[in-house]
This record gives sequence, structure tokens and C-alpha cells, in this order.
Amino acid sequence: MRFSIYRYNPETDAEPRMQRFELESVSRGMMLLDALLRFKEQDESLVFRHACGEGHCGADGVNVNGVNVLACTTRLSILREPVQVTPLPGLPVIRDLVVDMEAFFSQYRAVRPYLIADDPEPEVERRQSPEQRAGLDGSFECILCACCTTQCPSWQNNPERYLGPAALLQAWRFLNDSRDTATEERLNDLAGPYALFRCRTVMNCVNVCPKDLNPTEAIGRIRRLMLKSSL
Amino acid sequence: MNLPRRRFDALIIGAGGGGLRAALQLARGEAHVAVVSKVFPTRSHTVAAHGGINAALAHVVPDNWHWHMYDTVKGSDYLGDQDAIEYLCRAAPRVVYELEHMGVPFSRLPDGRIYQRPFGAQSQDFGGAQAFRTCAAADRTGHAILQTLYQQNIRARTHFFDEHFALDLIRDTDGHVLGALVLDMASGEPLLIESKTTLLATGGAAQIYKTSSNASINTGDGLGMALRAGIPLQDMEFFQFHPTGIVGKGILITEGARGEGGFLVNGRGERFMDRYAPNSKDLAGRDVVSRAVMTEIREGRGCGEHENHVELRLDHLGTEVVNSLLPVIRDICQTFLGIDVSREAIPVAPTAHYMMGGIPTDRQGRVVAPERHGAEEAVPGLYAAGECACVSVHGANRLGGNSLLDILVFGRAAANHIAEYLGEHRYHRPLHQGSVDFALERLARWDRTGSGETVPGLREELKSTMDWHCGVFRDETVLKAGLDKLLDIERRLDDARLRDHSRRFNTARIEALELENLVETALATVVSALGRTESRGAHYREDFPQRDDAQWLRHSLYHRDGRQLEYKPVRMKPLSVDSIPPSIREY
Repeated sequence: MRFSIYRYNPETDAEPRMQRFELESVSRGMMLLDALLRFKEQDESLVFRHACGEGHCGADGVNVNGVNVLACTTRLSILREPVQVTPLPGLPVIRDLVVDMEAFFSQYRAVRPYLIADDPEPEVERRQSPEQRAGLDGSFECILCACCTTQCPSWQNNPERYLGPAALLQAWRFLNDSRDTATEERLNDLAGPYALFRCRTVMNCVNVCPKDLNPTEAIGRIRRLMLKSSL
Repeated sequence: MNLPRRRFDALIIGAGGGGLRAALQLARGEAHVAVVSKVFPTRSHTVAAHGGINAALAHVVPDNWHWHMYDTVKGSDYLGDQDAIEYLCRAAPRVVYELEHMGVPFSRLPDGRIYQRPFGAQSQDFGGAQAFRTCAAADRTGHAILQTLYQQNIRARTHFFDEHFALDLIRDTDGHVLGALVLDMASGEPLLIESKTTLLATGGAAQIYKTSSNASINTGDGLGMALRAGIPLQDMEFFQFHPTGIVGKGILITEGARGEGGFLVNGRGERFMDRYAPNSKDLAGRDVVSRAVMTEIREGRGCGEHENHVELRLDHLGTEVVNSLLPVIRDICQTFLGIDVSREAIPVAPTAHYMMGGIPTDRQGRVVAPERHGAEEAVPGLYAAGECACVSVHGANRLGGNSLLDILVFGRAAANHIAEYLGEHRYHRPLHQGSVDFALERLARWDRTGSGETVPGLREELKSTMDWHCGVFRDETVLKAGLDKLLDIERRLDDARLRDHSRRFNTARIEALELENLVETALATVVSALGRTESRGAHYREDFPQRDDAQWLRHSLYHRDGRQLEYKPVRMKPLSVDSIPPSIREY
């Protein structure tokens, strides 16, 4: 199986290049991460992130043939050859497939991604009905891999002003938590033409999310909530 | 060389649940805290804990902390320290409620309280009916806890050094720990972090095995650092093999799958756990179930063409239970096996999962080591918590649901003691240059050029050696042969060379540094396993199949210097209740 992988080490390279790699035998069920690890044994200077290898941790987002994926849960058998592997788009490259994610995480921090509950703490848990709790399904599972945000054309056009699907999904996760008391402040944070409203419902985020989450829907729900609260 | 320096009150190495819980406690207490992690914090392996966290909340059936304590002592095969276990079980409800207040999205019961599921080796009334003690956020409990702790640390403005690899502790000649030398992975340059206190929270080391449920980052870095700083490791022979890893891959299928009603069958379709654990069956202790699985396979009753696994069946649970309570298991099996668990059985075999041993600590999280005044002497300024530490609450075998509890209870306890220590030690001690030079040399060694052994080659050899020589069943001949191979690998490690000597995000260099820690950890494991001539918990010696309380009711301490073993007594006295005496362990 033929691969073409993005290589760039600013320490030694004048400019980025694509390097060809070849996998002689592909066993059944082999994942893209397995291939990258094999290539690193051949050429230890190839650099990429990975950790859990099972799709839980979100470390190994890369772009394959134009689509963002997690390397560890992407089967080689579904990929078109030559397989083009490049870094997640729209973020500065540190080296090879490793991007600087600070811009992504600072947008995550900007939505105040933590529970704010101003009522006095009970000595036991705050009650939450199974129905209220079910409202968090589809948002708390986000693994912060950045596949969605970096695939979003609106974010690519306004990476400093539009918060992007991942951060907005987390904004919704807390807006929709029955225990959270900061609804008004959270909505104020998102006001204005860019932070929230640059979503054009292209739905790339939904198509690429490795956890099958739906940020577009969450953004729509925030908009409806904002409309309702402004009436 | 002009080494950049930073100074903090507390340095926390590792950003999993233990490190982040400690950081949060300290940051809220206005200490100046630095968290160093070789990955972005939410990639830490706590993220992969599926099933849940134990606390006797009694939400489903009657329960109390004393029953939880009894189960944990029995589960530890009586090697756990009973003062620490009492502390763990009594603190559990509070720790869980704190998590809920921080925002963890626990699954809920119809009345709105936290959902609890049954897990292995949980009983009511000291060995009676099955308890429901494991608090869960579906089967993403670790993910939910890790992200929530990270989020609250953002709120508390904790200082993070992401993608910084800790090289070695800085320790002066009086034995005080003064911080650590770390490597900024992006720039490839070292950074000296001086700190009045240092907490090791680096997690586990199941990467010493080829078949493992652990992330590639679980390389025992804190263990290597402790050993090189002259600190021994405790009870390293006790390594837990989880009975249900996907065969050939080692990927974990949570015990929660059996908690929700799944069961194991052999190649003849028999529910064989009936024979090994007549009462608890599939929910017996993990060591018991793993040995049962291996016995079925070894005696020719395995499944599949190679008869090398058994099957875990969930197909009778119904899609609703699977979708609401085991969605991760459903997705893992779909992704990695292409099977639908609501119709097909999962092929499983034991997988290396959890290290009961580690850096010896007391129940305040202080690292203790025999130097001048006995085995319980604290190393000034040094703490450890979580899987890298050995308190010991898990003894010879950990119960499912107790590891998330351990990291939170003792991460928090360590932070509380650190705060106290900072009150009494207000100033940084003078830097010890010799110790800095030693750490820098560790880095410089990988600048040597030329041809030689490769890091991946040695690492794969080490992992295969551990699978073959230090697995579920052990004996002296097999262990000794394994030790010889490890010593050979250790010798050849000195000849290993990197091909890539660049600085910027050089992961080959990180892997080389990790390999050094893997070798240290594997040696500690095999030497400790050879030393213990009995069978207890996860350590099963075919040449010594009985537990021997007269001689072996004691903890092992492995010293790097001369690879010596010494022993210290188990703390049998709890804090307030009667001691639970050793008895025959049956499920």
C-alpha cells in the first residue's frame, strides 16, 4: 500500500515536502496508526502524536486524503491510494504531523468550559433526572481532537473570531447542564456576529467527528436559546 | 550551558486524575503550582477508565464503607495496608460528591441520584450478596472525570507545562527533593523546575508488556525517576492482568460489561466461571478470572481456530442496555473487530492492565523509603499518588472501580499534606548542581552518534520477554530466563544510538528516554517476582502455588543499587475498626 506523508522540520528543512512510504503487507483490521508506527521504525525522524490508540484520548488527529480523522480508528482498507497524510489544516506546524494546538485550546478556554453553579453546595450530589442527564449525551464525549474545528471553512476564514464547532459544542454542554447557573453570562460571551454566528451549517464537523457528535445541531440550539432569552 | 529555570511551590509530574486532583486542591489553596505532562492533559490514560469509581453510597442496595473496606482487603489477598484502605473507603463518598459538584456527568437513577453498577468482588455485609458500588458516567467515567478535573484547573488558573517530559528528580545530599529537570518537547531544550515539593503522578507502566490495555505513554517514567534518585519500589511483582482484553490486541473490554450481565464461555460453550467461583462467577476478583481464562485455554478449551481465547457474551443484554450503558464497548468492537456485540460474542484473553506496586508512600502521599530511620521514613519534599504509587490499598490485586478512587483520594490527600509542608518550609533550598548534571547527562547520552542497536528493536524484545516470562503463571525457571534476557537488554541499551539527533519535537529521543524507564520497571518486576516464593493475588507461582502468610505477609522493596530486595511488614491495623485477619479467599 502506497502512502505520501507530509514532512517538515523547520530546524533542518527549508520547506515542507511529501515523502513516499510503502507498506508491503496489510493485515486485516490494520489501522492508519499501525502504518505510521511501522514507518517510524523505518525512519525514526517521522513525527506524529499518539497515546491511547483506541480513540479515547484524541491525540492523533491527522488529515487523510483531505479528511480529518483519528489515525488509530481509521482502517487502512477504506483508504484510497496513494494515501495522503498531512497535518490537521489551519494550525501552525511544529514538525511533520504535529501541529501547535494552542489556538484551538485557547478557544476552548474562552467558552469557560467548566460547571458554574452558584447555589450552595449540598452535602451530597445535586439531583439530575435521567432525562436532564440525557441532554449531556452527544456533547460531554468530545475528546478535543480538533478534527471538527480545523475542517470547518468558517473557522478557517475567521480563526481568530469564530470559536469553531469544538468550543461551541462545549459551550452547549454547559448551557444544557441542569446544574449550571451561568446561562446568561455564557450567552453574553457568545453574542456578536462572529463567535457563534459564523457557523454556516456546512456540517463538515458532523461528517468528520470521530465520536459521531453533532456540533452543528448544538450551535443551532445555542442560537435558539439566545433568541428565546432575548425576547 | 545556560539552563532556563522556573520556581514553584509545588511541581506535579503527570496530568492524569491523580495529578490534576492534587493540582486543583493546591491551586484553590493559593499555592503556586506547576503541572508537567508529556502529553496534553486530557490525553492522559485516566481517559481510558471505562467502568467507574467505587463509593459506598448505597443508592441501589444497602452498603457502607466498612463492607467496601472488607472487600478491598480480601481483594488485596490481605497484602493491602488496612489503615490506608480504611482511609480510602471512608473518603470515597465525599470524593465522589466533590466530583459531582465539579460537574462530572454521572449517569443517574430515576430519582436523580448518581447511578451505581455492580462490579467484581463487591459484597454486602462482609462477603454476602452482590453490592452495587461503582458510580458511573456510562462507560466513559474516566474520560468524564479527567475532563472535569482539567476544566476546573483551567478555572483555578493552574500553570501547565504541556508536552514537557520529566527527565529526573533533583535531590540534594541531605535527601531533599528540589524539583526536576524536564525537557520541553517542542523546542527540545531542557528546563529546570525548582520546587519546594514535587508530586509524582506519572501513572502505570503496562508498556513493559506486549499485550497490554495501556496507552503508549504508560512507560513508568516516575518509577525510573524514583529508582535513579535512590528510592526503592514496592510490591512490583503484583501486576494485574485484566481477564477481558480483545485477543491479540489487548484492548480493554470493561468489567462493567460483566457487571451489566455479560458472561464468559469457553470453546465448548460452557460458562466455566461456575467452576472457579461458584458464588461470584464472572464477577470474581480479576486475578481469579484471569487464571480461570488462562487455565481453560491451556487445557484445550479455548475458542477459535487457535484455541487462544474465550468469549465474552453480551448478546442477551439487548440493544438498549448496550447503547445506554456500554456505548464505548459497542464502538470499540465495531471499530477494531467489525462485530456487533448485540449479536456476536467478543473474543477475549487476559491483558496486562495495572501495576499494584510502585513508589512506596504513606496515606498522606509522602514517599517513604528506608534510609536512616526505618522503612516508613519520609523523603522530604517528595510525594507520589495514583498508579505510580504504592500506598498500598490494592495489595496483591486491585478491585475494579478502586483505581479511579485511589487516584482521587490520594491525589487530594497528598495535596493537603503538601499545603501543610509548605507552611513549614517557606523557602527553596539551595540547588544541588551534581544532581542537575546527572540529569543532563541522561539527556546528553542520546547525542552519541554512530551505528548501534535501535530503540524500537530493544523495546520490542523487552515487551516480548515480559509476556513470555512474567505473565499470569510464573515459576523460577521461566522468571530466571526472563531476568537473563532483561539483563542482556540492559547491557545492550548502552550501545543503542539514535539516528535522529534533531531537537525540535524529536519523539525518537522521547522514546529512547522512555525505554530506559521501561527497562528499570521490567527489572524491578521480574526481580521482585523471583523473590516472592508464594502465590498471592495477581502473583501466581506454579512452583509455590499456596499463599504463605507465615513468611510472606509482607511488602517487597526493590532497590536499583545491586538489584537488592528487602521487606517490610503489612500494616494490619486499621484506623478505627478491628483488623481483618487473613482467611481463605474464595468468591
